[in-house]
Amino acid sequence: MSDPVLTVDGLRKHFVSRKGFPRPRTVTVRAVEDVSFRIHAGEAFGLVGESGCGKSTVARAALRLIEPDAGRITWKGQDVRAATGGALKALRRRMQIVFQDPYSSLDPRQSIGSALVEPMRVHGLAEGAEARRKAGALLEEVGLPAAALDRFPHEFSGGQRQRIGIARALTVEPELIVADEPVSALDVSVQAQVLLLLQELRRRRGLSFLFVSHDLSVVRWFCDRVAVMYLGRIVEEGPTARVLAAPLHPYAQMLRDASPIPDPSRRGVLPRIIGEIPSAANPPPGCPFHPRCAQALPHCARDLPRWSLAPGEGQGGVACHLHG
Amino acid sequence: MSAAQEIAAPPATPGWKRALGKARSNPTTLAGLLICLVIIVSAVFAPWLAPFDPTEQNIMDRLQPPGGDYLLGTDQFGRDILSRLMWGGRISLTVSLGAIGVAIVIGGTIGMVSGYIGGRFDLFVMQVMDVLLSFPSLILGLIVVALLGPELVNLVVAIALTAIAPFARVARAPTLALKERAFVEAGRALGFSHLRILFRHILPNILSEVMVMGTLWLATAVRVEASLSFIGLGVKPPTPTWGGMTRDGFENILDAPWLAICPGVAILLLVLGLNMVGDGLRDATDPKLRNE
Repeated sequence: MSDPVLTVDGLRKHFVSRKGFPRPRTVTVRAVEDVSFRIHAGEAFGLVGESGCGKSTVARAALRLIEPDAGRITWKGQDVRAATGGALKALRRRMQIVFQDPYSSLDPRQSIGSALVEPMRVHGLAEGAEARRKAGALLEEVGLPAAALDRFPHEFSGGQRQRIGIARALTVEPELIVADEPVSALDVSVQAQVLLLLQELRRRRGLSFLFVSHDLSVVRWFCDRVAVMYLGRIVEEGPTARVLAAPLHPYAQMLRDASPIPDPSRRGVLPRIIGEIPSAANPPPGCPFHPRCAQALPHCARDLPRWSLAPGEGQGGVACHLHG
Repeated sequence: MSAAQEIAAPPATPGWKRALGKARSNPTTLAGLLICLVIIVSAVFAPWLAPFDPTEQNIMDRLQPPGGDYLLGTDQFGRDILSRLMWGGRISLTVSLGAIGVAIVIGGTIGMVSGYIGGRFDLFVMQVMDVLLSFPSLILGLIVVALLGPELVNLVVAIALTAIAPFARVARAPTLALKERAFVEAGRALGFSHLRILFRHILPNILSEVMVMGTLWLATAVRVEASLSFIGLGVKPPTPTWGGMTRDGFENILDAPWLAICPGVAILLLVLGLNMVGDGLRDATDPKLRNE
């Protein structure tokens, strides 16, 4: 495969806050502990995990919407974290984001046309009538009539707003789109439409995707490779087909088993899920998953498992003592 | 695609137009608007509408009661009260509009920037504002005018100073909520500068709240200006001001009560009118009441 477009190495982000009175305690939420992955041109890379595992923080840190504490992020060899001013602005053109909540992702006082033209003007891509024509074309590309240019966000449904959000991301002609739970706020019928749109755009424009989701069936359909996150770490990574069909990590197995299969003949007994996800402010020692793991070994509570490759060529890897 | 047919909504109506339409259907707001309009028109067109010269003394006609040649009577120098009221309205309106305009621009910017930056900076700025807020507006105005001298510009500065803190507060609160919205993050991801995000995206969204507050504070500014004039720190005589006229009328309150009552009623009406309009606008822009 070609060189990766986006490389993330050892990404870390802790949120520090001081709580309590009269003697404030410092609380450190270890949202992202150590995350590394790469995304190749035209590839859709999924990031799955339950709420609070840090997947959205990874997505935002990769775009520097949140400043990471440590780690290295490169876009085609260029250091993203070191970029400032004009260089950062140029990088921002390459990577765009589509948000989860279509109701807060558009400025309520800005017409759709203005929202689409503004990024083109800021980056000097188009002006005036030319920009408006481009904006209309983009709307049609995402399945909305060009007449929507003069309307305001409140006149649109959630699915339509999500399409507008996608069109806005496309105004600067990005190569990679970070999709942060792009369909989880939508009705199921609309989810399929938006996913089809993203898939079509990916094919037509050769886009790469960092696709954050907690919905395995969506990831199975959309992504080439997937990483499973747990408490700020990637516990398993590999081709989507392999990871979702034959997960190695007990947590990935648990996630897979919890995801419904629309086939009554395959109805099985769900394994018990032990406990809740621990607080990222106070993660357990050793393997972060060991308190909930049915197959935990004594040293799981002590040692952080190392990354080991899955059997077979290009099948990814796993961080688990069972497969060390 | 079906999405194309789904858009059958009427053309866009911006929020303020909707708010104005709603405000118009409220009789109290309408009455307030009428009062304000009458006062504004008579003040603006005073040079043409006033029946007499407001500073011309006519010793033969001093202390005339209302009615007759002089609709609202004359003062101890024989000057027409109605004409003086109309001219005095110019001072009240100029000072209050000027002061609130300055306070909106300065206070609004401080609050918006402070809320947007957040952290310790925000904490510091808002604490300074709280100190400013702890002075009653009349006392603060008094200090400034006493220091700088009773000039029109100084009155504007004094009253603006008292109104900066409340506008900073009113601009900051919605900014705090807005900066967490995804569209602000989208702007950053699209490479927009902070200035662009602040003035193109946050400002339009907080403007209606600030303007409503502005209308209500206009009434306060009118009151403070009149109070300062009343205690002799307003625009100097013989220029007519409502506060100054009330004080002059005080000396003859027993034998010519209209001297003090007329400007007093004028102040009351303008403050009342502005408050009625402000309340109506506030209700109209309140999202909780919007859909009723």
